[in-house]
Amino acid sequence: MSGPNSDYDPVEVSPLQPEEVAAMRDAALAAVAAADSLEALKQVRLDHAGDRSPLALANREIGALPPQARKDAGMRVGQARKALAEAIAERTAVLEVEAEARMLAEETVDVTLPTDREPVGARHPLTTIQERVADIFVAMGWEVAEGPEVEAEWLNFDALNLGPDHPARTMQDTFWVAPHKAAMVLRTHTSPVQARTMLTRKPPIYVVVPGRVFRTDELDATHSPVFHQVEGLAIDEGLSMAHLKGTLDHFAQAIYGEGMTTRFRPSYFPFTEPSAEMDLLCYVCHNDPATVADCRTCKGEGWVEWGGCGVVNPRVLIANGVDPERYTGFAFGIGLDRTITGRYDIADLRDLFDGDVRFTEPFGVEI
Amino acid sequence: MRVPVSWLREYADLPTDLSTAALADRLTMLDLKLEEIDAVGADISGPIVVGRVLSAEPEPQKNGKTINWCSVDVGPDHNAADGAPRGIVCGAHNFGPGDLVVVALPGSVLPGPFAISSRKTYGHVSDGMICSGAELGTAGDPDGIIVLPEGSAEVGDDAIALLGLREDVLDLEVNPDRAYALSLRGVARDAAMGYEVGFRDPAAIEVPSDGSDAYPVVVEDPLACPVFVTRTVTGFDPTRPTPRWMARRLELMGMRPISLAVDVTNYVMLELGQPIHGYDRSALTGPITVRRGRPGEKVTTLDDVVRDVTPDDLLITDDSGPIGLAGVMGGQTTELAAGTTDIVIEAAHFDPPTIARTARLQRLGSEASRRFERGVDPALPPYAAQRVAELLVEHGGGRISDGLTSVGTPPAAPQISLADDLPARISGVDVDAETAVRALEANACTVEHEAGTLHVVPPSWRLDLTDPYDVVEEVLRYVGYDKVPSVLPHAPAGRGLSTQQRLRRRAGLVLAGAGYVEVKTFPFAGPADFDQLGIPEDDPRRDQVLLENPLSAEEPGLTTTLMTGAMKALALNVGRGHDDVAIFETGRVFLPKESAPEAPVYGVDRAPSAEEYAAFDEALPDQPLHLVLAATGRRERAGWWGDGRRVQWADAVEAVRRVASAVHVDLAVGGGEVPAPWHPGRTAVLRVDGAPVGFAGELHPRVCRAYGVPARTVAAEVDLDAILGAAPELGPRPSFSTYPVAKEDVALVVAESVPSQDVADALLEGGGDLVESVRLFDVYTGEQVPAGHKSLAFALRMRAPERTLTEAETATVRDAAVARAGEVTGAVQRT
Repeated sequence: MSGPNSDYDPVEVSPLQPEEVAAMRDAALAAVAAADSLEALKQVRLDHAGDRSPLALANREIGALPPQARKDAGMRVGQARKALAEAIAERTAVLEVEAEARMLAEETVDVTLPTDREPVGARHPLTTIQERVADIFVAMGWEVAEGPEVEAEWLNFDALNLGPDHPARTMQDTFWVAPHKAAMVLRTHTSPVQARTMLTRKPPIYVVVPGRVFRTDELDATHSPVFHQVEGLAIDEGLSMAHLKGTLDHFAQAIYGEGMTTRFRPSYFPFTEPSAEMDLLCYVCHNDPATVADCRTCKGEGWVEWGGCGVVNPRVLIANGVDPERYTGFAFGIGLDRTITGRYDIADLRDLFDGDVRFTEPFGVEI
Repeated sequence: MRVPVSWLREYADLPTDLSTAALADRLTMLDLKLEEIDAVGADISGPIVVGRVLSAEPEPQKNGKTINWCSVDVGPDHNAADGAPRGIVCGAHNFGPGDLVVVALPGSVLPGPFAISSRKTYGHVSDGMICSGAELGTAGDPDGIIVLPEGSAEVGDDAIALLGLREDVLDLEVNPDRAYALSLRGVARDAAMGYEVGFRDPAAIEVPSDGSDAYPVVVEDPLACPVFVTRTVTGFDPTRPTPRWMARRLELMGMRPISLAVDVTNYVMLELGQPIHGYDRSALTGPITVRRGRPGEKVTTLDDVVRDVTPDDLLITDDSGPIGLAGVMGGQTTELAAGTTDIVIEAAHFDPPTIARTARLQRLGSEASRRFERGVDPALPPYAAQRVAELLVEHGGGRISDGLTSVGTPPAAPQISLADDLPARISGVDVDAETAVRALEANACTVEHEAGTLHVVPPSWRLDLTDPYDVVEEVLRYVGYDKVPSVLPHAPAGRGLSTQQRLRRRAGLVLAGAGYVEVKTFPFAGPADFDQLGIPEDDPRRDQVLLENPLSAEEPGLTTTLMTGAMKALALNVGRGHDDVAIFETGRVFLPKESAPEAPVYGVDRAPSAEEYAAFDEALPDQPLHLVLAATGRRERAGWWGDGRRVQWADAVEAVRRVASAVHVDLAVGGGEVPAPWHPGRTAVLRVDGAPVGFAGELHPRVCRAYGVPARTVAAEVDLDAILGAAPELGPRPSFSTYPVAKEDVALVVAESVPSQDVADALLEGGGDLVESVRLFDVYTGEQVPAGHKSLAFALRMRAPERTLTEAETATVRDAAVARAGEVTGAVQRT
């Protein structure tokens, strides 16, 4: 503690001589430089900057000097103390960095240790592909329509120009709800949702219908009694096969990338006329003459089958309350299960449905 | 439909250098889609030639067999260098010197593949092989060695061509609207159109008649049978063989040659598309009468089945009763037999739905019914009957009746009128009216073009052409589907996904984020599934929507709970050695309605009204979307961090709670009656707005055993529609104070039966608005608390919206909270 110097002694004392002050300073700086830890530096601070340190004591003597000497000595001692304080601060910073580095080094862990403490979930690709398809069409202004899986016979068949004796109706292997006269089926396609949409909305209609459908196929590597489709329906003034092709080409590009396209082959569906099978440019070989011959995905064809489509048969429009004189429409349908097995080269369709988590896990939450 | 290319070329003048693959591609683009090219005999190679047996010396062998040592002249090109005939060992005996036979010479390859070479056998060098039909891959000649009729070939002729051993056969998928293509005639016509080449119609033949009856016919149901033609052949020789070329063609078409008379009827059906039936005239009694079946009547069809007939079935009858199912299959009593010399040929036209119904109800599809139910050219019968008669007489002798019986007239083809720009408008291809006319004429339509309208009359075989859009398709088929341009339509701005659609996605993402893996299972279930789940006999969940034709008797209907599929999937994973499994599925369950009406079936000439439409959904079962999850093993894995943590009942509750909270729905977790398959003491009843929406917790130990999954497996099943349906349009408004928090912990002793949630609720209520949250952080039972009691430790966080709470205020709030808990639950604060 510095305080008033009670026993005033006008005699200049040796510690305030320039050499002495310089010596004190040098000794202190040397001690600072020699401190090799924060603990050592703390001791240096006590010894050389503390209350009982030579410089502190010298400082206390200054008040006893005559005015002129007091000024000189004050300046000398002050400069020495300042230099010491700076040295200590600098040394502290250096030692802190060193100490931190040492501590961090000591804390090092093996970052290759497993971190999978929490289980990782995943969504089924048939779910995510339905969402993906829906998003593509929603981006074009379409909406997503839905309907029940146990469906009225009339909506599944009659409304779609599949009359009771229509050959296409017997071709489809239908699960009937018992008793038969209940006139209900497990929907054989998502098309009854098209009928429901036409019956409950006014044109223009642009809807896409993803969903689960059923046929009486025994389960094997390439058939399943339960499978998934996405259908599209557009009803508007002036729509033609060209708009159907444009929509499908856009869809193909949105899913499979630039340069993808589709092609039509004539076909027959009761609900469309003209009807077409659509092929998708092979998404593996792109029908490139250099590689198409060896392509396993399209088996050298350059194209893969993708689904069926056509212009909505006016009889369907009539049965569903749409004026065929004013409106035309187009519709298409694609099998999603085969899209997945084809795209991911999955040999056995049963893998999609037996519930082994190792099938779903690699898909994560997005397809 | 199988189409041997050489047969097709008889009627269509196709380019000679046209490859089978190119032809198939072109036909595919004409709606005759290639299934596959069957390159019959592709593995056969010559020299396989015609030879004459000069001598055949029988030589008995030690093994008891007798072989023939033959000398065979195979012509100068194939005999030995010095012109000597070939020596061949043959084990068969149905031929002799002077016969024309087929010889596979050394270097040739027979189907198998089976390479022929000179080889030493039975003490001779056999320089080739005398062939049987089977060895050449053709079924004819059951006797053994093929013996060719004298004059049918020359020594040295190539037998591969002669016998049609090598033939490309197109297998085409014929769509239901192209019934005409179930004949060589129809396919050839389209092929000729596709290549714009000449077409020779095999039905374009003279049908002479002196106006007399061939065999009398009465048609009682002319709507079901508009045309019925008979022609007779008398003095036919039933012992005469089917010509080899005809038998071969039948074989290539996948039919077995039977006898000349039967083969001719089949051949003409394949050639023209007209199913033909032949009767043994001597077995017929009285006129052929076409009428509906009568209750109690029976008919024995050619497949040896005695069938009950109904008024739905159209019958061919004579005075003896039913002698055939019209258009489907003939009867046994009048069939063409080995001794038939007088033949009545039937060529008729039947109404497609009538035939389809009989084929379906009798579960009897035939080549005839397949054609009739799609629609056969109604103008064909007289020509087809004539063609059959001519072939019978040509190859089996006898004479054709002077007269022809023809009852009824073919229905007139409709006239279809359409605007001449309709093909362009609908197809999107720039086809002008002239092109449309040309296209339709190429399809043998008659077209009148006047005042912007096309009046189109289709040919008799195009029963599928009835509507203007059908005509558009024909124009487009002619112009080419590949000409359709690509134009993206502009839909009006949409509203995006519906709320429910968005929320469903969130539910799946939340569960995947929580470590659950989605599965897709089948919705089929049955009593055994409900037994496994321990569901009692009288439980309404056993009341299923049943299927008339389930794939498996064990799963006769649709499930009422997603647990059926989820537990099978979980057990499968456990069985495959996965110790830690957590799965989920969203799917519909099917809940029958009590005394629901039948679904209505309306006409299609107009749309159902709103009330009529509503009747569909009144009839249909409820089909709510459920969410199921199931987990076993560790919820947190073991690792360097420790032992991990086994999944427990609380994880199932938490998973559902997260789904609900993600969509801002308050899910109340409480107690209550807990049914199978749940553990009665470790399962929460989940409620939304007071209504139960499902269960979450541990499975009953018996259920775990029944599925072979570890004890303490947990699960949850909820009505996802109910949860998502309760989601508010707007989530809660965020509101929080920026003043310092005051924290107080309190320990309350309550009876063990008191749910902790009740205590927490009371604390919140008693503390009032200044309580920000109440969180249970410890549950203690033991010496420190009385028996039958537990100590619940809660952390209270208190905060005022606009100031810092004083210590006194904090204490007041805490005391009020504790007091309320005491009133409601009997809680006593531990000191």
